[in-house]
Amino acid sequence: MMISTEALVAPGPATGAAYDVDVVRRDFPILGRRMAGDHPLVYLDSANTSQKPQSVIDTMTEHYALHNANVARAMHQLGAESSEAYENARSKVAAFIGAASRDEVVFTKNASEAFNLVARVLGDAAGDLGVRAGDEVVVTEMEHHSNLVPWQMLCGRTGAQLRWFGFTDEGRLDLDDLDAVINERTKVVSLVWVSNMLGTINPLERVIARAHEVGALVVVDASQAVPQLPVDVSTLGADLVAFTGHKMVGPSGIGVLWGRGDVLEQLPPFLGGGEMIETVTMERTTFAAPPARFEAGTPPIVPAIGLGAACDYLSSLGMAAVAAHEQRITAYALEQLQQVPGLRVLGPTEPVDRGGAISFELAGVHPHDVAQVLDSRGVAVRAGHHCAKPAHLRLGVQSSTRASFYLYTTEGEVDALIDGLERTRHYFKVG
Amino acid sequence: MDLDALYQEIILDHYKSPHHAGLREPYEVQVHHVNPTCGDEVTLRVHLDGETVADVSYDALGCSISQASVSVMTDLVIGRPLSEALAVQAQFQQLMQGRGQVEPDEDTLEDAVAFAGVAKFPARVKCALLGWMAWKDATAQAVGETTVSAAANAVSVNRGERA
Repeated sequence: MMISTEALVAPGPATGAAYDVDVVRRDFPILGRRMAGDHPLVYLDSANTSQKPQSVIDTMTEHYALHNANVARAMHQLGAESSEAYENARSKVAAFIGAASRDEVVFTKNASEAFNLVARVLGDAAGDLGVRAGDEVVVTEMEHHSNLVPWQMLCGRTGAQLRWFGFTDEGRLDLDDLDAVINERTKVVSLVWVSNMLGTINPLERVIARAHEVGALVVVDASQAVPQLPVDVSTLGADLVAFTGHKMVGPSGIGVLWGRGDVLEQLPPFLGGGEMIETVTMERTTFAAPPARFEAGTPPIVPAIGLGAACDYLSSLGMAAVAAHEQRITAYALEQLQQVPGLRVLGPTEPVDRGGAISFELAGVHPHDVAQVLDSRGVAVRAGHHCAKPAHLRLGVQSSTRASFYLYTTEGEVDALIDGLERTRHYFKVG
Repeated sequence: MDLDALYQEIILDHYKSPHHAGLREPYEVQVHHVNPTCGDEVTLRVHLDGETVADVSYDALGCSISQASVSVMTDLVIGRPLSEALAVQAQFQQLMQGRGQVEPDEDTLEDAVAFAGVAKFPARVKCALLGWMAWKDATAQAVGETTVSAAANAVSVNRGERA
């Protein structure tokens, strides 16, 4: 198969001091799509999955077209090229998040797998890190199900007890009982950095300080943080951090578990199989050092390489600039949304310590119906419980509509959302 | 995208003023069905009087399609002989799962033909079916699985002949 040189040359992302969202948008072919009824696509579902720039698409296409081979085992030239590209992607991710060593980056298939990995091996671990009956595991009421269910399962297996922090009506973590909830029995604290539903950015520092005071391990769900904030795991203070590639302009099928070197070193393997071994006899196996210890079988090679390209793309924009843009758009959207009659924002209503996901209720119209009317105008949002049923229950709602923004979102798109909501109210004859 | 094809006036009317809503006594079986992807839920009770569907009562949380659908269903099944009601259920299910290719039979489905447009919106089919599947399940528990599947098969055969 031949692919044209043109397709292989990635268009340069926007550079320069001023962040020019129109220039950034040209890197994302899908943003030029027109939807049914010839409406331009208004994609406000980036907290669900982000769109992909041409450079990520081209990097993956080029690998399949010219370099494809299995990694870490093929002796031929293509095998060497593929292994180098895969390991290079690990280095890029490590540099992007400020990891002290590339060996601290474990590739998984998504953030959910990363949490399951940690929760499973902590139950298996001998020694101090192991979670056993009588121990406590702490989460928050605003967790995505991916950072809740694996811990419930761990507690079910081991007899440990699950505890959690609630949150206020404003959607802020309630840390009044910090010292009681995290105590000498606490073995693990796993919490979300930026909530996918409420948008809240949590005060990790306080929680981490208390957790380390009692010797508990800290796991951070950075699925919504790594895409939109500058992240430096070497100074964050957490012991383990999980995130996913597809929300940060990378492909689906690839996630990351970062772990401090000495922590990963102490953890037993997760899945058994190829590439995670040191040596195998019929009687027994010894295991490879991290990160290979946690990467059994052929990994998602090309998605990992695509994630490396995504890190390059985000770095070229500058994460400080991405965060500033997200902040601007979120502030604008919060202001506009709150002028829609009957609309209630679920989560912080001020653009302070807040990410770019806004969930809301529209009085008299179910979120499905809101999303359906918006979709008929090309506006893509998410409706439902956003994999955060406990957080919805806490706020007394069954489901919500969520608009989420990213580095390519414009104020004009927020305006299209507001127009769509007015249309929805009219269509369902409310107000 | 034609919104009006999805949201027929009948659907919006039932959504605003659902029929037979609320949970009532007496009943033989109560079920609780949820739509795990969106969180819609329905608690539904069936009361049979011999071979007749004496009452179907429910408490539903959800979108206009799921709410209106369960409301229309109660109009169609309450007071009907069970075999007829099951035949209507089976036809409605076929219509919803027909990807817009199944021609609705207005004589049987009555107001439920308003949902024909939903079949073209794959994400909403499960909304329309939530209450109907709950009723089928509750009925199966009340009278036994064989009676229910026999009724459904009879409908498949009839429709097959017509096609």
